[in-house]
Amino acid sequence: MNAPNSEQIRALIARGKLKDTAFQAIGICCLALGLLVIFLLVGDMLLRGLSRLNLDFFTQFASRRAGQAGILAAWVGSLLVMLVTAFAAVPLGVAAGIYLEEYARRNWVTDIIEINITNLAAVPSIVYGLLALGIFVYAFGFGQSILSAGLTLALLILPIVIVATREAIRAIPAMIREGSMAVGATRWQTCRYHIVPYAMPGILTGVIIGLARAIGETAPIITIGALTFIAFLPPLPFAATGAEGATAGLFDWVMSPFTVMPIQIFNWTSRPDPAFEVNAAAAGFVLMGMVLAMNGLAIWLRYRMRKNIKW
Amino acid sequence: MFKSSQLVSALAAGLALFGAATAQAQVVKIDGSSTVYPITEAVAEEFQKAKKNAIKVTVGISGTGGGFKKFCRDETDISNASRPITTKEMEDCQAAGIEYIEMPIAYDALTVVINPKNTFLKQITIEELKKLWEPAAQGKITRWNQVNPAWPDAPVKLFGAGADSGTFEYFTEAVVGKAKSSRGDYTASEDDNVLVQGVSRDVNAIGYFGYAYYAENMSRLKGLPVVNPKTGKAVEPSGANVENASYQPLSRPIFVYVKLKSLERPEIREFVEFYMKNADSLVREVKYVPLPQAIYEGNVEHARKKKVGSVFGGKNEIGITVEEIMKREANM
Repeated sequence: MNAPNSEQIRALIARGKLKDTAFQAIGICCLALGLLVIFLLVGDMLLRGLSRLNLDFFTQFASRRAGQAGILAAWVGSLLVMLVTAFAAVPLGVAAGIYLEEYARRNWVTDIIEINITNLAAVPSIVYGLLALGIFVYAFGFGQSILSAGLTLALLILPIVIVATREAIRAIPAMIREGSMAVGATRWQTCRYHIVPYAMPGILTGVIIGLARAIGETAPIITIGALTFIAFLPPLPFAATGAEGATAGLFDWVMSPFTVMPIQIFNWTSRPDPAFEVNAAAAGFVLMGMVLAMNGLAIWLRYRMRKNIKW
Repeated sequence: MFKSSQLVSALAAGLALFGAATAQAQVVKIDGSSTVYPITEAVAEEFQKAKKNAIKVTVGISGTGGGFKKFCRDETDISNASRPITTKEMEDCQAAGIEYIEMPIAYDALTVVINPKNTFLKQITIEELKKLWEPAAQGKITRWNQVNPAWPDAPVKLFGAGADSGTFEYFTEAVVGKAKSSRGDYTASEDDNVLVQGVSRDVNAIGYFGYAYYAENMSRLKGLPVVNPKTGKAVEPSGANVENASYQPLSRPIFVYVKLKSLERPEIREFVEFYMKNADSLVREVKYVPLPQAIYEGNVEHARKKKVGSVFGGKNEIGITVEEIMKREANM
């Protein structure tokens, strides 16, 4: 057999390069298409809603007059619900993740738990809403409150937090764990001083991605009965309630009725007066901004914390 | 450094504040129909302004049925309803020991709309509407000349309310003769703006929805006069024609139901009185058709005299007039 001459080799290389370039071109096209759609969407919302995006829009309550309606109750509601969600989902999810990864023995029970967690992440959010309506709203008597909504969304993002925690822990080299154990540290000390700090950037990213998903959720919040018209804010801790000499307690706000951004947007798009569509577009843009800010925060935190890891 | 005694007293103070049962602010809780929502929202907005936010009002949208469920579970004070309370709902409320006062607050006129460029449709009869919408028409009535030979051989594009809405229930009962009985091959949406868009873009389209959506979109839609079967005259959908009861059978009263027990609270009484006093102007502002002043005064009167129950006996009646409602209320 003849050795391939240089001509043939060049042809082979050229063919390979052509395929390479072709794939690159297809890849760029796909990326551009995705970006284009997002830019069109955001740009369209911004253009249509621009006339309403001023300070008043953020400081006024909903109104029957489109020009005076604002999103005060909605954005405050969304932020407070996220606060409750984070406080409930983070400790539960992180602890569960650490246990599964560091403590639990590998056997069929943990396998089943693992499969269930991945399945839970795919359960439609309306199902969580129905569950929460039965448990939080009625059985626990939390009513249609910020607490109910926050806990519902916490359940929704719990699988995301658990999976993110486990992924982050798995990425830590085994030698860190072994080194810690070798000098006599207990499992708890290893977790406390090595595993958790090193996994923190990954955990935080997971938490914030979960929260960014939760902030856009509408179905479960409607199911548990968020309101549409609400022209007051939850009571600030220690603020006067209007009743003679009484002040609100530190945690009264969690039991307050509320509304959230997606519900406000939904309500505005379905009203007879077309002027409300402008409000809906403006509110949609604000919600996108909130999600973007959360993702930005996740990236920044990850970057900052990675810098502190010394190995 | 913190002294431990300081820490303890600070903690104790914090706990005391947390535990302190604070006087609940006065809240008027309302839920129910999305059709009635714009009116109640307008009243709530004005009421809170007038009271300088001392009394809080919340309004939700759970639909008429969903609203009554909460109402009969004692979760709300007032229920918005786009139809009278049904027998089943009456039983639920009775089982929970909940009594209520029925207050008609406005007329909603279901409006049959077409594209403004449509030239062949000048009016329509209930029989023609029935031919278009009855279940038997499904897949068969697809051209306009099948309904009326005088009309052109053009495709029919139908837009209508989704099956969960009170609008759908009333329209089918008034046109087909049986509630919720309709052909299924049409563009259905719970969001009336989808229907507005659809009809405004297709010259062969016909659709129906609440009057307010037509009133806000008159530049893109044409309201089709419907022949009143009693007088034989085609009546244009308009506020005046609804008020003088000639736009029938497609206009219907809509209601709020107020819980008797809640009326013992001064803030609910004040809210209801404010509602009825300002109903005429606010109903007009949100593009619904107001009822005569006597009805609103009667509502306040009934609240005072605790006239509980419904004058409809659990049925959704077609083409009921204001006079009829007032007559029945007087006999209650």
